[in-house]
Amino acid sequence: MNLEETYRSLGLSDAEYARVRELLGRTPNFLELSLFSVMWSEHCGYKNSRPLLGRFPSEGGRVLQGPGENAGVVEVGEGWALAFKVESHNHPSAVEPYQGAATGVGGIIRDILAMGARPVAVLDSLRFGDPADGRVRYLFREVVRGIGGYGNPVGVPTVGGEVEFAPAYTGNPLVNAMCVGLLRVEDLMRSRAVGVGNRVILLGARTGRDGIHGATFASDELSGESEARRPNVQVGDPFAGKVLIEACLELRRRDLLVALQDLGAAGITSSASEMAAKGGVGIEIETDRVPLREGGMEPWEVMISESQERMLAVVEPERVEEVLKVAARYGLGAAVVGRVADHGELRVLCGGEVAGSVPAEYLADAPAYEREVVEPEYLKEAQRLDVEEIPVPGDFNAVLLRMLSHPNLCSRRSVWEQYDYQVRTNTVVGPGADAAVMRIKGTKLGYAVVTDGRGKWCYLDPEGGGAATVAEAYRNLSCVGAEPVALTNCLNFGSPEKPAVYYQLARSIEGMSRACEALGTPVVSGNVSLYNETSGGAVYPTPVVGMVGVLEDVSCHATPGFGREGDVVAVVGASGRASLAGSEYLEIVHGRVAGRPPEPDLALEKECADRVRRLIAEGLVDTAHDISSGGLAVALAEMAIAGGVGVEVEVGSGRRPDVELFGEAGGQILIAVPGERWDEVREALAGVPWQIIGRTGGGGLKIGGFVDLKLEELRGAYGRDLFAEETG
Amino acid sequence: MSETLRRVRVLVRPKEGILDPQGEAVRRALPALGFGGVGSVHVGRLIELEVEDESQVEDMCRRLLANPTIEEYEWEVIG
Repeated sequence: MNLEETYRSLGLSDAEYARVRELLGRTPNFLELSLFSVMWSEHCGYKNSRPLLGRFPSEGGRVLQGPGENAGVVEVGEGWALAFKVESHNHPSAVEPYQGAATGVGGIIRDILAMGARPVAVLDSLRFGDPADGRVRYLFREVVRGIGGYGNPVGVPTVGGEVEFAPAYTGNPLVNAMCVGLLRVEDLMRSRAVGVGNRVILLGARTGRDGIHGATFASDELSGESEARRPNVQVGDPFAGKVLIEACLELRRRDLLVALQDLGAAGITSSASEMAAKGGVGIEIETDRVPLREGGMEPWEVMISESQERMLAVVEPERVEEVLKVAARYGLGAAVVGRVADHGELRVLCGGEVAGSVPAEYLADAPAYEREVVEPEYLKEAQRLDVEEIPVPGDFNAVLLRMLSHPNLCSRRSVWEQYDYQVRTNTVVGPGADAAVMRIKGTKLGYAVVTDGRGKWCYLDPEGGGAATVAEAYRNLSCVGAEPVALTNCLNFGSPEKPAVYYQLARSIEGMSRACEALGTPVVSGNVSLYNETSGGAVYPTPVVGMVGVLEDVSCHATPGFGREGDVVAVVGASGRASLAGSEYLEIVHGRVAGRPPEPDLALEKECADRVRRLIAEGLVDTAHDISSGGLAVALAEMAIAGGVGVEVEVGSGRRPDVELFGEAGGQILIAVPGERWDEVREALAGVPWQIIGRTGGGGLKIGGFVDLKLEELRGAYGRDLFAEETG
Repeated sequence: MSETLRRVRVLVRPKEGILDPQGEAVRRALPALGFGGVGSVHVGRLIELEVEDESQVEDMCRRLLANPTIEEYEWEVIG
């Protein structure tokens, strides 16, 4: 192979290679080329998204650590803080779903650990193709098994997430894992390497040839060739992960570390060069000191291996012995593999010789590509929707049952019952509610966490959909009584080299940013996953938002289920905005993905959600649920099923009944309030739109003259087992 | 029909280079019990089955008995 073939095979473009040469002022050797190729991949270098990501607001009152670290950190109160981040593992999961999902969970847990936080909650946002497809069902089943297979033994509860199906994800599932960690404010760790002469210690599993060139793999479109690349697959080891968690927390508690960093994509190369670049120092790694799992590994393989369950720590020389002693007590591998130097380079040594050496800042500073944002042609066509062409169904009972049993709207119990969502006994409200609610033991404080994504809406209107995604997360947290504080996001898009995809990316970020500003929820961490395509088709543009909120008193929270008969049922939020555009009803019943979904009215959204949240925090409201996918009828059915109490409501704005029942707009929250408390609630709602629509009670769901179904019928449709198709 | 059944033995093990957490656990446990001088350990599994048509075994291995993404397999007719 000549030089040109070599750098191209590593994934570097001609221009990028020329840039490497120019920066170094010489021809790089193979090892150095490998370092650049992994660090300048989209996955590590964010080449196509970095200029756009600067748009996100990232500061706010509670933010202790914004983007640029292993995870974002916000203050909760009483000296407690939360670290959190969401990350994609889409490509590994498409090739080997069980291990792909498992290592996705393991990876995000280590990111949280690197901040000095104890991982306390995991959420998984999952998207797959049409579940009628056998391969899709296999991916779905194995991804869910993989999440449980890692999350359950590692002892971190899986408390929430999403599952969605759409043909756009066939062959390229989205597997996004979010982790939340709890820490004392003073224990916050960062990954900045400092102190020339300090030692670099590799903690955890031995290094093998796992995922060699996984980072470049993650940035390529999946093709038939991916099959041939299969030996790249990484395998997770949750028990090793658990040991790593406990050992790192002890090292942190005893203040034995200067800096800590997770080893993820691009392995030691990425961790060491980022730690060095942040600290303005150099790091030397002696590859022959790295404990190896297999013989004959070349220095470049050691440097870019993505073996799991490893962390890199910077330690003062006089504390090295103590660190090794702690590791030994946990049965955790630990080896001094290098030191901090003053030359500013990532220097790789092997057998005492320099095998390669490049300034760390060059590696950390991948070229950035800014492209023109041009509205794609498909958009106008997709947004066209003449509601008059949509026939009004005759039998709304049948329509509602059909919708409730649809894979996108039915119960997710068959998924989350495979997860341990109670381990550590801090889960107050587990999966199935608008958001998960967790307690902080020894205090009255709690926090809530949720993930949301609206790929279809972002496809139909990238900017409006981006804003709606953030607004939905905000609303979901408010519905459990939490004050939304900040968010992390994972941007799942197709190839940015395609103008339509770049437009989607740019406009979604704009919409999300506007919503973040209006709602006061900064972005503190995130991840970008591009090139989510197969056979030339891109996935829906799917920004996934993971939002965290705080409850001053965790005992004052709300859940969706109707708890009593005779409660007043009211809708808080603007009425008359519901639309069939981009609705689940339009797709499930009429087979169409079309129209421009209503853009959120962010100011009103915030006002309504904040009022509901305050009512819950004051203990006046304990039943709340947002009207989202499937519209009012589906939301009411979910509340009745969850609580085992029926409801009777009237609708009567004179609009088409299918719009009233199944139209979607966002911005509305259903609450149920005991009659004797209603006056107080009404006073508190002064100034925001609300409307009483009915009362709880009866053995089923009655909506005007349109729907009359028994609870058992609702349950029968909604309680569908998403995995049952396997045998049926 | 049973006289036409052939016994097949399938050996499945982790591919070379793939992390084998089970093997790692055994490798670390042996010295703890006083067994020194142990190099690498790999744990696989043995499957014995009776089949009418041994030409199907290859497909069975690929689609169910092994996970060809991370495991390699071999099989033989033993009776």
